[in-house]
Amino acid sequence: MIGENNIDCNNANCKMLEYETVIGLEVHIELATNTKIFCGCSTTFGEEENVNICPVCTGMPGSVPVLNKKVVEYAIAVGLALHGNITPITRFDRKNYFYPDNPQGYQISQLYFPIVTGGFLTIQGEDGNKNIRIHELHMEEDAGKLIHDEKEKFSYIDFNRSGVPLIEIVTEPDMRSAGEVMEFLETLKSRIQYLGVSDCKLQEGSMRVDVNLSVRKKGDTKLGTRTEMKNLNSFRGIQRAIADETKRQIALLESGKVVERETRRWDDTKGTSYSMRSKEDAMDYRYFPEPDLPPVIISNDWIEKIKKKEPEFREEKIIRYQSQYGISEYDSRLLTETKEMAACFEETIVHFNQPKEVANWLMVETLSLLKEKGLDSTKLLFSPKQLASLLTMIYNKVINRTVAKEVFEAIFGTDLCPVEYVAAHNLSMIQDEERIIQIVEQVIGENEQSVQDYIAGKKRAMGFLVGQVMKATKGKADPQKVNELVQVCLERFIKSEV
Amino acid sequence: MTALELGKKIRNGELTVRQVVEQTYEKIAMLDKELQSFLSLREKEEVLLEADEIQEKINSKQLIHSLAGVPIAIKDNICTKGITTTCASKMLEHFIPMYDATVIDNIKKAGMIIIGKTNMDEFAMGSTTKHSAFQITKNPNNTEFCVGGSSGGSAAAVASQMVPLSLGSDTGGSIRQPSAFCGIVGMKASYGLVSRNGLIAYASSMDQIGPMATNVSDCAALLEVIASYDSHDSTSVKVTDTQYTKSLINDVKGMKIGLLQYKQDNPLDESIQCAINQAKENLKNLGATVTTVTIPFTAKQVLSVYYVLACAEASSNLERYDGVVYGFRSDKDSSLSEMYKKTRTQGFGSEVKRRIMLGSFVLSASQYEHYYKKALRIREYICSEVSRLWNDYDVLLLPTTSVSGVPIKEKMVHTTKEYEMDCYTVLANLTKLPAISIPYGNDENGLPIGIQLMGNYLQEHTLFQVAYTLEKNMEKEKRSGI
Repeated sequence: MIGENNIDCNNANCKMLEYETVIGLEVHIELATNTKIFCGCSTTFGEEENVNICPVCTGMPGSVPVLNKKVVEYAIAVGLALHGNITPITRFDRKNYFYPDNPQGYQISQLYFPIVTGGFLTIQGEDGNKNIRIHELHMEEDAGKLIHDEKEKFSYIDFNRSGVPLIEIVTEPDMRSAGEVMEFLETLKSRIQYLGVSDCKLQEGSMRVDVNLSVRKKGDTKLGTRTEMKNLNSFRGIQRAIADETKRQIALLESGKVVERETRRWDDTKGTSYSMRSKEDAMDYRYFPEPDLPPVIISNDWIEKIKKKEPEFREEKIIRYQSQYGISEYDSRLLTETKEMAACFEETIVHFNQPKEVANWLMVETLSLLKEKGLDSTKLLFSPKQLASLLTMIYNKVINRTVAKEVFEAIFGTDLCPVEYVAAHNLSMIQDEERIIQIVEQVIGENEQSVQDYIAGKKRAMGFLVGQVMKATKGKADPQKVNELVQVCLERFIKSEV
Repeated sequence: MTALELGKKIRNGELTVRQVVEQTYEKIAMLDKELQSFLSLREKEEVLLEADEIQEKINSKQLIHSLAGVPIAIKDNICTKGITTTCASKMLEHFIPMYDATVIDNIKKAGMIIIGKTNMDEFAMGSTTKHSAFQITKNPNNTEFCVGGSSGGSAAAVASQMVPLSLGSDTGGSIRQPSAFCGIVGMKASYGLVSRNGLIAYASSMDQIGPMATNVSDCAALLEVIASYDSHDSTSVKVTDTQYTKSLINDVKGMKIGLLQYKQDNPLDESIQCAINQAKENLKNLGATVTTVTIPFTAKQVLSVYYVLACAEASSNLERYDGVVYGFRSDKDSSLSEMYKKTRTQGFGSEVKRRIMLGSFVLSASQYEHYYKKALRIREYICSEVSRLWNDYDVLLLPTTSVSGVPIKEKMVHTTKEYEMDCYTVLANLTKLPAISIPYGNDENGLPIGIQLMGNYLQEHTLFQVAYTLEKNMEKEKRSGI
């Protein structure tokens, strides 16, 4: 049976093309500082409950916050990477609300003078580059974590996360599709990872995304009523939620109803969202300037110092790799996917100046080994120096490619010295021509049929003989050399037969 | 005997720390049943053992501080590790802090001996100490009369000489007002001079811990102990010279004193007006110039700004008392929101609830501009107007309280009547300036009167010099005889 909703949705499907989706994002990012934002507790993730806590981050009476300067530096670095304006005198405000994960009864955040205002991030849109404007970026503290045990009547609170530094980036409603949202988030993630201020993992919660979405008829200039979608824990979830919410809003409008201004919660297992609270229930957070923290004065010198430390970002590297090293755009993208991979590439070519060879090795051998072992390229265990010496050995024909792969597998997870490894395992190529000729002659003597085939014009037979020689040398001979010598020996053999 | 004299006798070996502690407990046993100034006392045996340890350190010259071995009482909103710290509230009735406030660290380092925790208005909100959830402290000068507040317990403990020194906290006059009522010296130093780390917050932008003593010298000596830069308090300031006892100089020659008046309203009892006039004459006779200076705002305006800001901050500071992690929690609750409501309804007293409601109102989105923001702007205006006065004056003279001798039984017709009593003290809190109240005679009922001196930011030295000179040159009969 087809329900009423389904009819609406089908109708909405037809009407989809008449609508435009308008999306703005609120992105929370946990900063990778060693200590919390307002106390000296460790920010280490995944420890036993309530080990990294103190009077400040558990809201004990009489405790007062002290700002971690590193948080300000990280926020400025992100602000600069987003081309934003750094507020010269920035202040913290209190956001008051009751919830058990919030031990002080308020969150220290920024409302009136956020550290960064304005800015933009350039993404590759459907029709070329597009700037997504940033509304603001502010600093705040994370809350604790509630642990609900279904079997018990109680809930537990883990305050390890309480006071972990966050930045919240609020965009303007400049995105028009899930694709653009993905592109924005990927670009943002890359910039932040290159800065080294966060690992931006959605699954672990070090990056959290709320989607503000509205729809309007194409050509309309007025924005429609937006909803805010929370609890999005994966890129796939975000894409599905955007599709679902777009469809839901269009269906509402097409059936003559209105979109309510509300906060919705995405249920990834059910693939749908439900209303958390409407605008009427919106909380009055009674924001006011945090009296325990004096304003933070950010000098131009300070900004300059941070600016100087700014790394070359992925987009810039992609362009440079193409022009400087002649590497294709596709390959450049692959090489720069993580800053660790890019750094490995750049450092390897310092020791072994064959960019294409290095690039190939990283994209083929390294990526496939990473995939095989279920690792990502943020954790490369071998050092660029070792990789360079491995590639140098191939170049100097000390070892051949087959052996090189074997050696690389060995040093991949251990950072052993490939030269030592080759020596220890006696893997270097047989350089002695006399020795190879000996083996070739032996193989020719043992494979009369193949020799006859070769004389009969079956050139394939030569390949077989080469293979036999390689086998006899345990792959340690230079295949090209072997090829040459087999040819020479065969000709000599034929002549002697005649 | 003053605290400094006591310290000297201990160092000379005329008295042992153990004897001093024994005597202190005897006095408390004798007097405090009536006065009700202590909320909790430390176990005597434990304190005696500590006394012996300190004695050894004094004997071996490890401890040479002038207040080593001297007992002190602590207001019950200052965190003491292992000792209940209740804020005179049911909410924190059984709360035992896991850390010491920075001032407590300082006091321990000086070798002073903490005897117990003193009564106060709940969460330091009030001017009577009648808003304590546990007991009403009486004025040692006349037990029918109000001790003042909120540091009423600390004032009574010193005025009755159960202990020579105590710590109070002052957000709108909570040290100076009870000091005036009890006839002792109490000081609120410049905001930031004394660490707030471990002081249970009422209004963070104005709260300051301060010394209470029977005389100016002891007061200076205690401020010397507690004033310190503290990296744990972001509002703490670095000050190089905190040797306040060096400024105990009997000389005001050439000093310029401003007799401060509000624009229109200056509510003041006649006896207090008399005391002010006499202080003025005295200062003149001692070679200072005293001129009246009128500031361009009314007492009522200053009070309004203070109460809007203090209540706003309080409403937020007290949100942490929600029954979740520590403190009182109501029982048999069916839901989280019911637990919050019941816990806070049952845990807080009426004055605290009144200020939380006021504060929540002025911070609400629809009222923020009308109240909180406006009050912030006027505070800035007040600060700039007052700061201009330092071009012409070294110290300002003004009353501490508008009234003296309030009977305990007297019911305030309006709550605002109680608030009005703070009209001369809140000015120093709003402007973050140092101010000291010293006893200056008695009213017609024989109850003490306090006068107030206010100084420029971090000019505690000047303030102590003037206060000390006034104290030394007071006519004998003016010295409050307890």
